[in-house]
Amino acid sequence: MTMDQSAFAAALLDPSLPVPAGVTCARGEPDATRFSVYRNNVVASLSRALGERFPVVRRLVGDEFFNGMARAFLTVSLPRSPVIFAYGDTFPDFVAGFAPAAALPYLADTARLEANWTRAYHAADATPLPVERLLAIAPERLAGIRLSPHPAVALARSDFAIGTIWQAHQAEVVGSMIVAASESVLVTRPAFDVRVHVVPPADGVFADSVLRGETLGEAAATAFARHPDFDFGHALLGLASLGAFADSPLQGDPA
Amino acid sequence: MNAITPSTSLLPARAGLGLKPEHVGEILDTEPDVGFFEVHAENYMGDGGAPHRALGEIVARYPLSLHGVGLSIGAERPLDTAHLGRLRALIDRYRPRSFSEHLAWSTHESGFLNDLLPLPYTASTLRRVADHVDQVQQAVGRQMLLENPSTYILFEDSTIHEIDFLERVAARTGCGLLLDVNNVMVSAVNHRADPFAYIDRFPVERVGEIHLAGYDETMDGAGDRLLIDAHGSPVSDDVSALYRHTIDRAGPLPTLIEWDNDVPAFPVLLAEAARAEAVLDSAKSWRDGRLARRA
Repeated sequence: MTMDQSAFAAALLDPSLPVPAGVTCARGEPDATRFSVYRNNVVASLSRALGERFPVVRRLVGDEFFNGMARAFLTVSLPRSPVIFAYGDTFPDFVAGFAPAAALPYLADTARLEANWTRAYHAADATPLPVERLLAIAPERLAGIRLSPHPAVALARSDFAIGTIWQAHQAEVVGSMIVAASESVLVTRPAFDVRVHVVPPADGVFADSVLRGETLGEAAATAFARHPDFDFGHALLGLASLGAFADSPLQGDPA
Repeated sequence: MNAITPSTSLLPARAGLGLKPEHVGEILDTEPDVGFFEVHAENYMGDGGAPHRALGEIVARYPLSLHGVGLSIGAERPLDTAHLGRLRALIDRYRPRSFSEHLAWSTHESGFLNDLLPLPYTASTLRRVADHVDQVQQAVGRQMLLENPSTYILFEDSTIHEIDFLERVAARTGCGLLLDVNNVMVSAVNHRADPFAYIDRFPVERVGEIHLAGYDETMDGAGDRLLIDAHGSPVSDDVSALYRHTIDRAGPLPTLIEWDNDVPAFPVLLAEAARAEAVLDSAKSWRDGRLARRA
């Protein structure tokens, strides 16, 4: 009987299937315990990879729940490449739709923040835009400028306090916190250390627009419309000093 | 004319260690006398950041072995050319002394299964593996070493002994072999074979590197011993004895201690490396003594 890798892979992922045809052992018979070593390796190694990428989500739900959720995810979403640190880019969306986790509405956005953290960790090295470059621009020209996002930057905006949750779970002991508070969380990596910052809601709206390629003028208008107390200069210099933008030629800057 | 050094011997015939991120700071601070470091290629396939900075610092001080765990050379499907491109970029950037991969498969249409899965040894799988090894060596521009697997099952349609399979792939492609002595023990116990006989038959002249690791032990459905390649403990006494037997037969060879799970403090790894190094030293002094008598 010829072994075919499709049947082998299917049996790895579905423990209700029998040992694939053609598989045997030194006794000349199939042995389910032996085949289950491969099953366990696949599920345990991929669950571990997800647990390493989403340690706060794992702590929030506990190991047993997390492993069940990871197993449900990997059954429908195996890694698309052997670069395993990138596995789980779609895990936050899966968590958002995972009915057993519905009691924790902040879980998916916390996962988004953790996914952003890993992407930032592995992102290309780049010098952040120095604040001085912005200060040197004539004020009347600022509105027309588009800034290049730094390769590591990512923004997660949530109806929940995901930055506070994330920060609290970096410690051994987690105290109580109010989670039903909207937060915008910026992840940057100006050099080699990943940084996580909660930014004011208005700055979050502004950052979201700038990072999506709007001009500073357009982004400021969007932020003003939503938050009349928006402080343009403070927000722009704040984001730049956190390392949100790359030190590349400023588009729209005639200088 | 200088003799051409075969690329299978470019790593020093010393003990090396797997590089773990949590040990990098200590290694750079103390610069321990380790023969070489080995990394899993896939962990360094990001665009930048701390992993590349660390690897650059290590390569400036130590010989590097690059060990792939995701190429899926034994797969029925074609190799992933994007992954070959990433490997090529890493090899061009860090110039490792050795590049190795596994006689196994891990990728299927449904995705990457993240385990080293076994294949039957037949004329058709031999042709496929040799074609894939050819393609890899073309793509990365250098010789690779192919590693013998640890396996838990056998296939009814296997017709070729694993050693003959590896030797024929090497003969056809010019690749070298990576002899994982722990894998030899694991597979031999699991399939009721003699691990020492395996070493005695193995084409050691093609071996560019040896791997050592710890295994876990359990039982199969009939109560037979079942060893699991676990990489989470010291090298066991029986594998150490098999390693000494290997070096007695093959002479000193670059030897890696693999410890990838439940990674201990760095000094524990250094002590493991020292044990292997002692075996290599005694083989070297025996060889040197013989050469001196001849002169």
